Amino acid sequence: MEDKADIWQGTLALMILKTLEMMGPLHGYGIARRIEQTSGNLLSLNYGTLYPALLKLEQEGAITSEWGLSDNKRKAKFYSLTRAGRKQLEREARDWTQATAILARFLKSEEGPA
Amino acid sequence: MKTLRGWIIRLGGFFGKRRLETEMSQEIQAHLDLHVADNMRAGMTAEQARRDALLKLGSVEALKEAYRDQATVPLLEHLTADSRFALRQMRRSPAFAGTAVMVLTLGMAASVAIFAFVDAALIKPLPYPDPASLVFVTETSAAFTRANVSYLDYQDWNRSNKGLQSLDVFTGGGFLFLTATGAEPVHAGMVSGGFFQTLGVKPLLGRDFLPDEETQGAPRSVMLSHRVWQERFNGASDILGRAVVLSGEAYTVIGVLPADFQFAPLGAADIWTLIDVRNQCAVRRSCHNLYGLGRLSPGGSIASAVASLTVVAKRLEQQYPDSNRDRGADVIPFAEEVAGTFRPILMVLMGGAGLLLLIACLNVSSLVLTRSEARRREMAVRNALGASLGRLCGQFVTEGLVLVFAATALGLLSANSVMQALKALIPKDMLSSMPFLLDLGLNGRVLAYAVGVAALALVLVSLVPALHLAVSKQRNGLTEGNRGSTGRAWRRLGSRLVAVELAIAMVLLVGAGLLGKSLYRLLHVDLGFRVDHLVTVEVAAPDGAYAKPEQSVRLGREIITKLGSLPGVLSAAITTLPPVTYNGNTDWIRIVGKPYDGKHIEVNERDVSSEFFKTIRAKLARGRYFGDDEDISKPRVVVINQTLAKKYFPGEDPLGRQIGDTNLTPNSICTIIGVVEDIRDGALDSEIWPTEYHPFNQDPSTDFVLMARTSQKAEAVLPSLPPAIRELHPDIGSRGEATMEGRINSSMATYLRRSSAWLVGGFAATALFLGIVGLYGVIAYSVSQRTREIGVRMALGAEHGAVYWMILKEAGWLTALGIGVGAGCSIAAAALARKLLFGVASWDAPTLAGVAVLLIFAASAASLVPARRAASVNPVEALRAE
Repeated sequence: MEDKADIWQGTLALMILKTLEMMGPLHGYGIARRIEQTSGNLLSLNYGTLYPALLKLEQEGAITSEWGLSDNKRKAKFYSLTRAGRKQLEREARDWTQATAILARFLKSEEGPA
Repeated sequence: MKTLRGWIIRLGGFFGKRRLETEMSQEIQAHLDLHVADNMRAGMTAEQARRDALLKLGSVEALKEAYRDQATVPLLEHLTADSRFALRQMRRSPAFAGTAVMVLTLGMAASVAIFAFVDAALIKPLPYPDPASLVFVTETSAAFTRANVSYLDYQDWNRSNKGLQSLDVFTGGGFLFLTATGAEPVHAGMVSGGFFQTLGVKPLLGRDFLPDEETQGAPRSVMLSHRVWQERFNGASDILGRAVVLSGEAYTVIGVLPADFQFAPLGAADIWTLIDVRNQCAVRRSCHNLYGLGRLSPGGSIASAVASLTVVAKRLEQQYPDSNRDRGADVIPFAEEVAGTFRPILMVLMGGAGLLLLIACLNVSSLVLTRSEARRREMAVRNALGASLGRLCGQFVTEGLVLVFAATALGLLSANSVMQALKALIPKDMLSSMPFLLDLGLNGRVLAYAVGVAALALVLVSLVPALHLAVSKQRNGLTEGNRGSTGRAWRRLGSRLVAVELAIAMVLLVGAGLLGKSLYRLLHVDLGFRVDHLVTVEVAAPDGAYAKPEQSVRLGREIITKLGSLPGVLSAAITTLPPVTYNGNTDWIRIVGKPYDGKHIEVNERDVSSEFFKTIRAKLARGRYFGDDEDISKPRVVVINQTLAKKYFPGEDPLGRQIGDTNLTPNSICTIIGVVEDIRDGALDSEIWPTEYHPFNQDPSTDFVLMARTSQKAEAVLPSLPPAIRELHPDIGSRGEATMEGRINSSMATYLRRSSAWLVGGFAATALFLGIVGLYGVIAYSVSQRTREIGVRMALGAEHGAVYWMILKEAGWLTALGIGVGAGCSIAAAALARKLLFGVASWDAPTLAGVAVLLIFAASAASLVPARRAASVNPVEALRAE
C-alpha cells in the first residue's frame, strides 16, 4: 500500500511538472484534465489527489501559484513552473526515461529465449 | 534542501491555519465551478454536471484532510489537540490534576533548589581569571595533612620551585581600627606582595601590592575592601594616599578592591595589608602561620607542582632538621579548598532530593495508571473509531507533558524561595566564608538541570501508562465487566511501583535516622566541661601599649576582675583559644629525662588564666591548677590533659616531671603540676589531642578570649560584655561575643550534620507520606476491583476475618518487599554518606529496625481502611451489582 502510493506520488508530481512545462500556467482542474487526456484516458485520476501534490510542489519551490481568471472568466488558482521546477523536471524526466528503458530492455531479454 | 524548505513552510502553515482553510475551500470551489461549467458545455444537465464533478473530485473531506496534513506538521496538530483535550480532562478532575501537580512540584522544587547550591559551590567556576590553575599550597606534618607554611619555608619554596608560575602566601589577622567611639576590631587579610597578581584581581582604585613588597621595608600600606571604603569612608574619591591608624600604627591607603571581590578562605576581610616580616613569627622557621596560594605554570599539573615543592621540602628537612623534620608540601586545587568541605553534604542532599523526585514521579505515575484503568473504555472507544495505538499513547505523553510543564513552572517559582530560605538558615559567620553563595539563584545551568529533570519526570510519568496501554488489549475495554487479564497485569505493575516507592522511602528514612543519630551523638559527645551558662568574647589590645609581659598580665587581670564582677557573672577567665574550636595552635615539646629522637611531639597549646578550669567546670584528675600569682617571676608550671599524660607518660606519674621545647632551652622548661580530664579543644567530630595549658601570666599575649560563667541566662549577659571592656580601656577592641552553646551550634561540624539531618528528614517524611498514600491507593484500588471476587468468597462462606487477612496480606507482601529492597539500598546509600556520619555505623541495626517498624506501622494503617471496606462487602449487593 504505502510503497505504491509513494511511486504514484512521485509520478504524479512528474506529470504535473511536465504538464505545466507544456501548457504554461494552468489551474488545478486544467492540469487534471490534461493529464487524463495525455494518458489517453487510460489513467483514471481522482482529481482530489492532485491538490496535496500541488501544495507539496509549491512548498518545495518547484511551482508557484497565483489567483487569476480562466478562459471563461472564472476565478481560479493558476500554477506555473519555477526555474527550480524546470531543473527538477529535467532531472526526473531523465531518471524516469533511463529507468523505463532499462526495465524495457530487461523485460525484452526475458522474453527472448522462451 | 528543498525538503527543509518544505518543512519550514509547513511549520509556518501551522500558524496561518485560518488563511489556509479559506484558500483551500476557495480552490476546491473554483475547481468544481470549472468542472461543472465544462460538463454543461458538454451537454449535461446542471444536476448531472455537479454530480459528475463531485464524483471525479473524490471525497472532499479526505481531500481536505490530506491537504491539511501536507500544509502543516501533523504531529504539532495532534499535540495541540491532545493538550487541549488533556486540559479539559484535568479541569474535569481537579483533584487528580491538583494532587499530581503538587506532588511533582514538591519533587521539582527540592531537586532544583539543592542543585542550585551544588552549582554555586561545586560547578560554577571561581570568579578569578583561569580559576582552574589556581592552587592552594600547604605544608604537611605528622599531625596535619594540611599544615600552615612558615614564612622562611615559603621564601625557599618560592625561590626554587618549578611547577608554579607564582606562589604567594596569606593569613587572616585583625587590627584595631581607631574610630571616634573607640577601637573597633577589623578582619584583615595579610598577604605577600604578589598575592593579588597571582589571584588575577585588579584593584578598583589605586594599586595593589608589588611582588616582594613585604621584604623591602616600604612604608606600611593598606588596601580597603569595597565595603569598608563605602561604610567607613563614605566612598570618598580622595581615599588614596590617606593615612589610617591600625592598632596604633599609621598605614597609607594605596588601593580599593572591587565590590564583587571575594576570597573565601579569609571570609569577609575588611582590609588587606602585607605580612609583617619584622614580626617574631616571620623570622622563625618553626612558626607556621601562613597558607600558600599559587598559580600553576601554563601546562603544569598539580602532581608536578607537588613533586617540585617536595624536592625543596626534603632539602629544607636536611638543612634544618630541628624545625623541618617530617614537613612536606601539598598542593590541591583552590576550588577544592573553597568548597570541598561541602561536597559530602551537597552530594547527600542531592541524592535525597533526587530520591524524593523519583518517588514523586512514581506516585504520579501510579495515579495516572489508576486513571488509565478507569479510562480503558474511553481508550477502547477511540481505538474502535480509528485512533492508532501511537495516537492513544501520544495522549498519555501529552497529559504527562501538561502535568510536568505545570509542575516545572511552579517548581521553578518555588525553588527560588526554597533556596533563599535554605541560605537564610546558614549561620552568618559561616556564610561569610561561602562567598560563592552570594549570587545563588536560577541561572542557565540550573534551568538546564530543571529541563533535564522535567524530561526525566515526563518519561516516568507518561511511559508507564503508555506502555501499559500498549501491552493490554483495548478491545477488552468495551466489554462491561472487565475481567480480562489487564486488571491483574495492572495490579502487578502498580504494586511493583508502590514497593519501589516504599523502598525509596526506607532509604530516605534510614538516611534521616542515621544523620539524626549522628547529630545526637555529636551534641552529646563528652566535652569535659559544662557548656551551658558560658559566654565567650574575643579581646584584642594594641601592641604599642600592652605588648610588654607585665602590661599584658595587668590587662588580663583587669579584664577578668571587671567582667567577673558584672551582674549575672559568676567568674571570668582568659584563654588563647576557647574549647570546641580546633586542634591547632600547637607546640613541639620534649620531655626532660626521656630519650629524644628528634621526632616532633606536637601538642595543642593553650595559655589560660588561673580561673579557667573552674570557670568552664573542667575536672581535675590529679595534682593542682596554677594560681594567679604564678607569673613570670615564679618557676614555670604547666597543666596537661589526660591524653598527653597517657600518651607520653604511660604507666608513669607525670606530676613533677618537666617538659621544654625541642632544644630544652632553659627558659622553656616547665614543671607539670596537674592533669586535667580531657577538654574537647577541637571540633566536636575530631579526636582529642594531647594538650598543655600554660599560665597566661607566664606566657601573656594581647589577643585572647575571655570566657565567663553566668548565673543567669547566658544570652542575657552578652550585650553587657563589649561596653564593659570599652569602659575599662577605650583602645581595646572586642568582638564575637557569643554563648558557648551558640558557638557549638553554629560550628561547621554541627551545622553540616544538623542541616543534613533536617533536610533529609524533611525529604524522608515527604517520601513516607507519598509512599503510604501510594500503598493506600493500590490496596484501595485492588479492593474496588475485587469487590465481586470478595462477594463470591463471602457468599461461599469466607469469614470477615479471612477477607481482612487476605487484603492485609497483599499490603504486607508489598511492604515486606519494599523494606527488604530498601534495607539493602539504605546500607549502600549510608556507606556513600559515611563522611557525614558520626558515632554511628552505616549498617546501624537499631535505625534499620526502627525504620522498618515505622514503615510496617504506617503501611498497616494505610491498608486497614481498604481492608475494612473489603470485609464489610455485602455479598448480595456485590453480586447483584454485576
